[in-house]
Amino acid sequence: MITIQTNKEEDFYIIKVSGEVDASSSIHLDNKIGEIIKTEKKIIVDCNDLQYISSAGLGVFMSYIHEMEEGEIKMVLFGLGSNVKNVFHILGLDQLINMVESKEDAKNLVDAI
Amino acid sequence: MRYNYSARCSKKNLADIRSFMSKTLNNHFKSEIDIHHMVLAVDEVCANLMIHSHNCDPNKSIELFVDVSKQEVIIEIQDTGNGFNIKNYQEPTIKEIIVEKKKGGLGLMLVKRIMDKVEFIKSNNNNICRLKKKILASK
Repeated sequence: MITIQTNKEEDFYIIKVSGEVDASSSIHLDNKIGEIIKTEKKIIVDCNDLQYISSAGLGVFMSYIHEMEEGEIKMVLFGLGSNVKNVFHILGLDQLINMVESKEDAKNLVDAI
Repeated sequence: MRYNYSARCSKKNLADIRSFMSKTLNNHFKSEIDIHHMVLAVDEVCANLMIHSHNCDPNKSIELFVDVSKQEVIIEIQDTGNGFNIKNYQEPTIKEIIVEKKKGGLGLMLVKRIMDKVEFIKSNNNNICRLKKKILASK
């Protein structure tokens, strides 16, 4: 079960992902990111209520890296719990995807990269 | 101790499989991270089987067996689908996943990193995926 809420703060587009992102639910996250990168340049993903992620969710984030680089779109994740962060870490993907502790840190990093 | 769970091949059932695994492993082990890893590994194998071997056909099912001893967990995931030959599996590089926008391929990488041993065995009409992990902190 996944819930995706979005809102805008200044020029930051915030995606709040709650629940579990697995092979069944990752399509919703995929569709949302696919939709917003057409118009937004500064995206931050609130993972505070993200309880679980499997490779299907990792795959979603990974699959947009190239497109985001080409379109100069910045994306930073924040508030990841230890289990979720660990799944990225197992494959070393925490080196490829920007992740920080707080929303403020995420906004600062988006502006810095 | 042996535990058993059967699930229809619908991706919606993955959450129930995770819940079964989590409850089972919590009976025996202390380490939250080890439990989370094994739940994830099983989720990945089951998702792969449902999608690639059974085209998410809910009339098909997969069977889980979890054997827990003091210091080791052996998990078998059995089905009667096309079977998966690990010898034909070429692990993608991270670069390939990014450049070719592959959304798959990461699951088995996770399973192989998490578990101590991953075997795919064909026995009569059954395909068995056997996962083993040594656990030091049992309850």
